[in-house]
Amino acid sequence: MYDFINGNEYAPAPESTAIVNIKKKYGLYIGGKWVDAQGKKTFETINPANQQVLSKVADASKADVDAAVKAARKAFEGEWSSISGAERGKYLYRIARILQERSREFAVLESMDGGKPIRESRDIDIPLVAAHFFYYAGWADKLDFAFPGAGIGGQKVKPVGVVGQVIPWNFPLMMAAWKIAPALASGNTVVLKPAETTSLTALLLAEVIEEAGVPAGVVNIVTGAGDTGKFVVGHPDVNKVAFTGSTCVGKHILKSVAGTDKSYTLELGGKAAHIIMDDAAIDQAVEGIVNGIFFNQGHVCCAGSRLLVQEGVADKVVKKLQKRMETLIVGNPLDKNTDIGAINSKEQLAKIKSLVKTATKEGATVWQPGTSVPRKGNFYPPTLILDCAQSHTVVQEEIFGPVLTIQTFRTVNEAVEKANNTQYGLSGGVWSDKGAKVFKLTDNVKAGIMWANTYNAFDPASPFGGFKESGIGREGGLHGLYPYVKFNA
Amino acid sequence: MSRLKVKKTYKLYIGGKFPRSESGRTHALLDKKGDVIANIAKASKKDLRNTVVATRKAQAGWQGASPHLKGQILYRLAEMLEGRKAQFISVLKESGMSEKSAIKEVEKSVDALVYYAGWSDKFQAIYSSVNPVSSPHYNFSAPVPTGIVGVVLDDKAGLYGIVSQMAPVIVGGNSTLLVVPSKWATVAMELAEVIHTSDVPGGVVNVLTGELPDMVPTLSGHMDVNAVAVCSSDNELRKSVRELGAENVKRVVFRDNSKGNLSPYPIMDFQEIKTTWHPVG
Repeated sequence: MYDFINGNEYAPAPESTAIVNIKKKYGLYIGGKWVDAQGKKTFETINPANQQVLSKVADASKADVDAAVKAARKAFEGEWSSISGAERGKYLYRIARILQERSREFAVLESMDGGKPIRESRDIDIPLVAAHFFYYAGWADKLDFAFPGAGIGGQKVKPVGVVGQVIPWNFPLMMAAWKIAPALASGNTVVLKPAETTSLTALLLAEVIEEAGVPAGVVNIVTGAGDTGKFVVGHPDVNKVAFTGSTCVGKHILKSVAGTDKSYTLELGGKAAHIIMDDAAIDQAVEGIVNGIFFNQGHVCCAGSRLLVQEGVADKVVKKLQKRMETLIVGNPLDKNTDIGAINSKEQLAKIKSLVKTATKEGATVWQPGTSVPRKGNFYPPTLILDCAQSHTVVQEEIFGPVLTIQTFRTVNEAVEKANNTQYGLSGGVWSDKGAKVFKLTDNVKAGIMWANTYNAFDPASPFGGFKESGIGREGGLHGLYPYVKFNA
Repeated sequence: MSRLKVKKTYKLYIGGKFPRSESGRTHALLDKKGDVIANIAKASKKDLRNTVVATRKAQAGWQGASPHLKGQILYRLAEMLEGRKAQFISVLKESGMSEKSAIKEVEKSVDALVYYAGWSDKFQAIYSSVNPVSSPHYNFSAPVPTGIVGVVLDDKAGLYGIVSQMAPVIVGGNSTLLVVPSKWATVAMELAEVIHTSDVPGGVVNVLTGELPDMVPTLSGHMDVNAVAVCSSDNELRKSVRELGAENVKRVVFRDNSKGNLSPYPIMDFQEIKTTWHPVG
C-alpha cells in the first residue's frame, strides 16, 4: 500500500493561468459603464498565495455609491420594470450560460485572487454559481405561485426596489450569485459591493452581465473596503440591504438601518457543532469532519468547527482524524492536488494564529500534522484543539480558519446542550446510523441547516441561513425569494 | 342599604401566576368621570427580566406540544372568551369604548382565536418544502418557532389588538410576553384569566402592564428574547427597539394595530426555516 504519511510525493499539477486576462486596472461598473472612482482612488488586490499584486481596483467613494444607487433607481423605475418576468428570466438564463462557458476562467481567477484550491473553485464554487442563476431564472415568471395567499384580494407580488448588497471574501463569486440572482428574478435592481480582497471575479461577472445585454443600471458593482460598504448600506434610496459577513458588522448594520424603512437579510457567523455518535460509520464521519472544517481553509460560516464526539469512540475518531490530516496537502491554490489553499489575507492569518495561541494559554492542547506548509504566502496548517472546555475562547468564537476544537459528550441531551451553547445557530452536523437519533439531534440543535451523515452540501434549491446571531432570512430555494418581494397578505 | 360592589385587584400574569409588581408600584386607572377603575400594577424592569426567565422555562414544552394540542388550546381560548363576553364588553366600556364597538371588539377577538387555532397544524405544510437538490440527498425545509417573542402594544391596542397579535405568535410554538400600556391593563388582565383557564401552560403567555418606557428598553435589549413585535406606529419606539435588539440580532417586526388582516404571514414572522440534509443510497 502507498505510504501516504511518509511517501507524500505528489508531482506538481498546476492549473494554467493563461486562460485569465487580468487587467492592470479595474473601474466601477455603474449604469452599464466602466468608470473610475471619483478622485481616481484605487487599491491593490493581491494573490494571497504569493503576495503578488494582481491588479488595481477602484476605491468607490460616497459619491460613487450615490451614482450607482441613482443608476439602479433609474433602471428600476424605467426599463427593468417594463420587462416581463419571462424576459427577465431570459437574461438570467443567459448569464448562467455564459458563466458555464467561461467557468474555467472564473475558477482560475477565483483561486488566484482569493486563495482557495482550484479543485474547489472549479468543481464547487463556479458550477454552483451558474446553477444559482439558472435556478432563479426560472422563478422570474412564476412568482405568483411562490407565496401562498399573496394574490388574495387582487394583490400583486412586487419587487422591493433598489437592493444594496455587501458580500464577503470566502466565496466571492458564489456570494455575488446568491445575492444578484434572486434579486433580479424578482424584478429588483442591485448595487453590489464585493469584499476588498476579492473584487476580481465580481468585476468579471459585471463583464458577463454586460455581455448578456442586461439593461444598464440593473446591476452595479462598486468596489472598496468597509467604508464603501457603509455607504451602500446607509444610502437613503436603498430599499433593502442584504449582507453576508461577520456577526459584529451585522449588528452595526442592524443599528444603522434601525430608524429607516429598509428591509434586510443578514447571513452572519457560525460555530457549528459537528456531532459524532458512537453508532456512526466512523470512516465516513472522519471524511465528513475533514470536509466540514478544512473545506475552503475553514473560511466557511457554516464550517463544522466544533467537533463533539461521543465518549466511547472519541479516541478512535481522533486517531483516525489525525491520520487523515497527515495526508492533507497545504499549498499552491492553483495546484490540482492541493487540499488547503492560502489564507485569504494577512489579517485573517494573524487572527487565526492569535486565537490558537489563546487556546494554549487557556489550557487546551494544540495538535498539527507534520505536513509541510509553504513559507511564502499566507498559509496555515490544519489544526486540532484538544482538551477544550465549553467556555474556551476557541469554542465560543468563530475562528474562520482550518482549526477544529474537540469536545466529548455522553448522552444525546448533553450533545444538544453543548451544541446550542453558543450565540450562533447557522448549521450543524450529525453522524449516526439510527434514524430516530438523527432526527432527535437535527430537531433539537438550533440551527438553520442541519447535515445528517453528510456535511457542507449546497444547492441553489436549498435554503441557507441561520437562527439566533447567525442572521435573519434565507438565501436559496423558494424561501430565498421572500426577502426580495413585497405583498400584503 | 345598597350592596357595596366588590372590586377586582388587577395584578400581573407571570409564569402562570398572578403576582403584584416586585416594585410595589401601581397606577390609578381612571374612567371618563375621573373615578378610579382600578389600581393596576406597574411592572418594573426586574419584573420584565423575571418574566423572561419564566417564559424561557415554558418554551421547550410548548414548542414540543403537538400541533393538534396547540390548536385545541387556542380554540379553548375562543370558547372561554365567548363565555365571558358580557364581562369583556363591560371592561372595554370602562376603558372608553362604546357598547357597539365593544361588542364588535369581543366578537372579532373570538373569531381571530378560532382562525389561528385552525392554522396550528397547517401553516407548516404550506411554508415547508422538499427541495429538489441535484445531489443524492433527501433535503427538506420546515418552519420552527423562533423562541421567545415580546409583543409591545400601544394605546390603540384594545382587546382585538392584543388577541390578534398574541394568537399567531403562540400558535407557531413561541412563548410570549405581552407588554401592555396602562390604558388596556384591565382588559389584558381579564384576558390573562381567560388564558389561565384555557390549558395554556404557565409561562407560555405572560402579561405585563404599566408604562412602556419602564419595560420596552429592557425587553428590547434582553439577550434571551429572540424577537419583538412592535405594534405601534411610533417611529422613535420602533427605532429604539431595533437598535437595542441588534445586540442579539433580534427579529423585530413592526405591526400596525389598526389593520386587522388575518393571515398566516404573522405566524411566519416568528418562524425560522430549518433545512435538513441526508444522503440517499
